[in-house]
Amino acid sequence: MPRISIVAKDGTVFEIQAESRTSVMENAVRNSVPGIEAECGGACACATCHVYVDDAWQEKVGPPGPMEADMLDFAYDVRPNSRLSCQIRIADALDGLVVHVPERQS
Amino acid sequence: MRDEPIDPCARIVVIGAGQAGFTACAKLRDLGHQGPITLIGEEAHPPYQRPPLSKGYLLGEITEDRLYFRPPSFYEERSIDLRLSSMASAIDRDRKVVALADGATVPYDRLILTTGARPRTLPAQIGGDLDGVFCVRNLADINAMAEHFRQDQRVLIVGGGYIGLEAAAVSAKLGLKVTVIEAAPRILQRVACPETAAYFRDLHDRKGVTLLEGAALETLQGEEGHVRSARLADGSVIPVDFVIAGVGVVPNVELAQAAGLSIDNGIAVDENCRTSDPQIYAAGDCASFPWRSGRIRLESVGNAIEQAEAVAWSLTGAPSRYDAKPWFWSDQYEVKLQIAGLSAGYDTVTTRPGAAGGVSYWYYRGEELLAVDAMNDPRVYMVAKRLIEAGRSPSAVIVGDPATDLKALLQ
Repeated sequence: MPRISIVAKDGTVFEIQAESRTSVMENAVRNSVPGIEAECGGACACATCHVYVDDAWQEKVGPPGPMEADMLDFAYDVRPNSRLSCQIRIADALDGLVVHVPERQS
Repeated sequence: MRDEPIDPCARIVVIGAGQAGFTACAKLRDLGHQGPITLIGEEAHPPYQRPPLSKGYLLGEITEDRLYFRPPSFYEERSIDLRLSSMASAIDRDRKVVALADGATVPYDRLILTTGARPRTLPAQIGGDLDGVFCVRNLADINAMAEHFRQDQRVLIVGGGYIGLEAAAVSAKLGLKVTVIEAAPRILQRVACPETAAYFRDLHDRKGVTLLEGAALETLQGEEGHVRSARLADGSVIPVDFVIAGVGVVPNVELAQAAGLSIDNGIAVDENCRTSDPQIYAAGDCASFPWRSGRIRLESVGNAIEQAEAVAWSLTGAPSRYDAKPWFWSDQYEVKLQIAGLSAGYDTVTTRPGAAGGVSYWYYRGEELLAVDAMNDPRVYMVAKRLIEAGRSPSAVIVGDPATDLKALLQ
């Protein structure tokens, strides 16, 4: 199982064994990572699971899809490495992934 | 408004383990409540998300454990006494005790009712009790109908609201022969404008769904106890293999009513989500709350979360006034509908064409923007939600002009 790290806004690092095909959001929520609200449960409908992908991982994770990019456009403090964590699927290639939780969700 | 915080060691009991009940418990612990928290749920499963039931779960894309808000260990870790397969049968307000169906009693200092709503069922006298007639509400409902989702099975969906249309989309995607009947003159009559209804009618039409409007169900007929056909008011007969009823929900108020709490299209609460008994709160689908000059009840995830959080804030002494920010979504085929605001009482609708086939409909009452339906146009949804929450109303002419920069509307 790929191992991912989610860094909360206070710096706490949540190291999680993530099942393939689940989303980063699901793993954050199930491990009670603060700051990931995920109100719509992963339907790309609410933009409350925004994260920053660590620079070293940006290329492997890839850019947001068109719908996701439109939602992100209105998120709080959006950056070039912003993604909605519900849209990042865990795969073996993401073993070691690091993402950061923003100061707040929109 | 600031409520008197309760004793941090007070006993809190929550009845109903859906989105609102789960959120209330989790938030109370997040806010530092130390006293015992008991969460009573009728179902055997730990609290789970419902929206994917009519979408990903029905399609077989999501497994049951992925629906759970938290793994079962969470409740033990956070000292939440989760009682599954457990039914509250009465509330004794004088003694401040909840009686359970199995004879146990649970004392409380504060009680939170998150009893939700149940699907309206088709009456037994028209065949609603035949085998093969299902509702879409909980895991058991979906698990019961799952075996029928095979190619070329004929499904009749009664009710052209969002639940019925989502079920139709999933059925069509899986290769079933789908007929939707709606007794009203058009689908989405109660919740959307003719333009949005036309958009979805056209979408389902292109996917091969037969959509009959102004078509009232007269009776379901069975053979050996299993539904086989439906007769409509116009005399036509539709052969079916199974039926899904999507004809709305009714709030679960019986427990509150029997305890003498005020009921008004739901358990009546004030702007702090408090019922007519100040020791008892209610949140989610079961609660009706003040809205503008009246009172409404919202059946949505967003409302369940926000009301439950408001209750938790209130109990721990933080500012707690609940300010409804209605929003909804529906997924059908490749279309994502996002709704901001509540359209009730609108008099005009303005169309805004979006990029890449998206479109949005903006509901106005006079000059006031009430709500927006955005189809495959998330930027519009995000802007509209902020405008409506801020009570701002750009003119219909400006929003209807595709050249208008949406972000500029927020400045």
